[in-house]
Amino acid sequence: MSSTIALIIIGVAVLFIIGIKLLGSPKTARLGNLVAAAGMLVALLTLHKPAGEYVWSQGWLLNYTLIAIGTLIGLVIGAIGAYSVKMTAMPQMVALFNGVGGGAAALVASLEFFKRAHGLEGLTPFFAVMMLFATLIGSLSFSGSAIAYLKLEGKFERPMTFPGQNIFNGLILLVILGLCGYLTINSSASQATTAFGVMFLLALFFGIAMVMPIGGADMPVVISLLNSFTGLAVAADGFTINNLSMIVAGTLVGSSGTLLTLLMCKAMNRPVTNVLFGAFGSGGGGGKAGASDLGGKTVKPIQADEAALLLGYAQQVVIVPGYGMAVAQAQHQVRELSDELGKRGVEVRFAIHPVAGRMPGHMNVLLAEANVPYDQLCEMEAINPTMDRVDVCLVIGANDVVNPAAREDKSSPIYGMPIIEADRAKTVIVMKRSMAAGFAGIENLLFYKDNTRMLFGDAKASLQTLITQLKAS
Amino acid sequence: MDTNVLFIFILSIFIGFEVISKVPSMLHTPLMSGTNAIHGIILFGGILVLADAATPLARILGFVAVIFGSANVFGGFMVTDRMLQMFKKKKK
Repeated sequence: MSSTIALIIIGVAVLFIIGIKLLGSPKTARLGNLVAAAGMLVALLTLHKPAGEYVWSQGWLLNYTLIAIGTLIGLVIGAIGAYSVKMTAMPQMVALFNGVGGGAAALVASLEFFKRAHGLEGLTPFFAVMMLFATLIGSLSFSGSAIAYLKLEGKFERPMTFPGQNIFNGLILLVILGLCGYLTINSSASQATTAFGVMFLLALFFGIAMVMPIGGADMPVVISLLNSFTGLAVAADGFTINNLSMIVAGTLVGSSGTLLTLLMCKAMNRPVTNVLFGAFGSGGGGGKAGASDLGGKTVKPIQADEAALLLGYAQQVVIVPGYGMAVAQAQHQVRELSDELGKRGVEVRFAIHPVAGRMPGHMNVLLAEANVPYDQLCEMEAINPTMDRVDVCLVIGANDVVNPAAREDKSSPIYGMPIIEADRAKTVIVMKRSMAAGFAGIENLLFYKDNTRMLFGDAKASLQTLITQLKAS
Repeated sequence: MDTNVLFIFILSIFIGFEVISKVPSMLHTPLMSGTNAIHGIILFGGILVLADAATPLARILGFVAVIFGSANVFGGFMVTDRMLQMFKKKKK
């Protein structure tokens, strides 16, 4: 490696690190992404083969033509995906991009494995392990992301479980590891190709089996975990093809992604093992215990005109958005309502729960899209101490994140999860389509409180009625 | 194997932990998306194996890897940027 290339690689690594760092603060996040992207572009344009040849000056030999065409196709697919996706479907897009990255990592490792296994240089156990690791992790990240994508799209979002599932999955993993062990020692044996193929397919299947039992609400954690997996696979690929930037970038993603996954679990107050192996909400015990406390209480419905009066004559209103708002695409109506209330001198704030919606930050993105000023959005910790002074708390399609069971009912599966304490407001208006339970599959005690009124119907339509009523009065 | 590489690997692990130790939860999704784009560097891996591909099968698989990696890296940065565009303060 010439010293110029080495210097460039160091510069690129620094750009990646600064980029990730800047991504961690709201003011600099966008710049951070651009810094990392600039680093990537520099690295791509100066890409050299390990032997030192410059990749982009090899003329139009077949392989290099394919490289140019493939890169261009990927660029177009990526751009179309990134710019056509609706704001509500962002999480799915991240899952897809992560999946193809994992797939690429697995393919690169497989190709390198067979080239080395049958080549003159041979395959040392260290490199064999690296390649098998990248193949295994990359392919399970590919199939796991695909399932996560489908779950976020609303296909089989409920956990799929059967008795002995964890044992079944454990056995598959053992077989995979056994095959990897065999391949490490016998990389050039005649059965190696078959063993490798079986290993590859089992790893794909394992990715599916791992994500299927996890509920749709936990997909953010899963995607974050698979994201860090892909990072590690890329780092392992970097070791095998001797590319330093890949090692650095992959490792950075692997370790920061692992930490991010843990942070997300912490925001939900659940250990990561519970998310991955707990099959949340499938055990009905907690749900029943919650329901028995209700003691025949009923919910009190409210009509839109009365709700409009309550809101219009309030001094302080807090709006709690949830996934229901995203589904109904109601963020623009929410902003209109908040503007209308603002005109009447009502102080409106938004309470954002760390895990509201399908991804942390999901609500912020949606409300920002509807031009809700950034400073009106409050984090849960900031809003809870002021909840007693709030006249009306308007819950729009949020459920588990405002469920007082997390505070009151020790037997509830969400007990201990930090919630937005909506029930402490003078009046709570809950906008909801029906009495169906939230993602956790448990009853919401909030709906049965004395100060709670239920406004049934599609969030978008209800909000529109509220706005009309407010304008008329 | 070169121990320098191992050294770089270990240091990268610690830097990765260090840079995101304090991130507000609303930035978790963009951060995930941004790091997702960074592992799109696997495109380089695809390019380097395709450059040396000698059989039709290796060419096809390498070609797929390049497309996948390229979609990951370009799409990843673009989708993150689109997400973060939304975070600007409203001018009154």
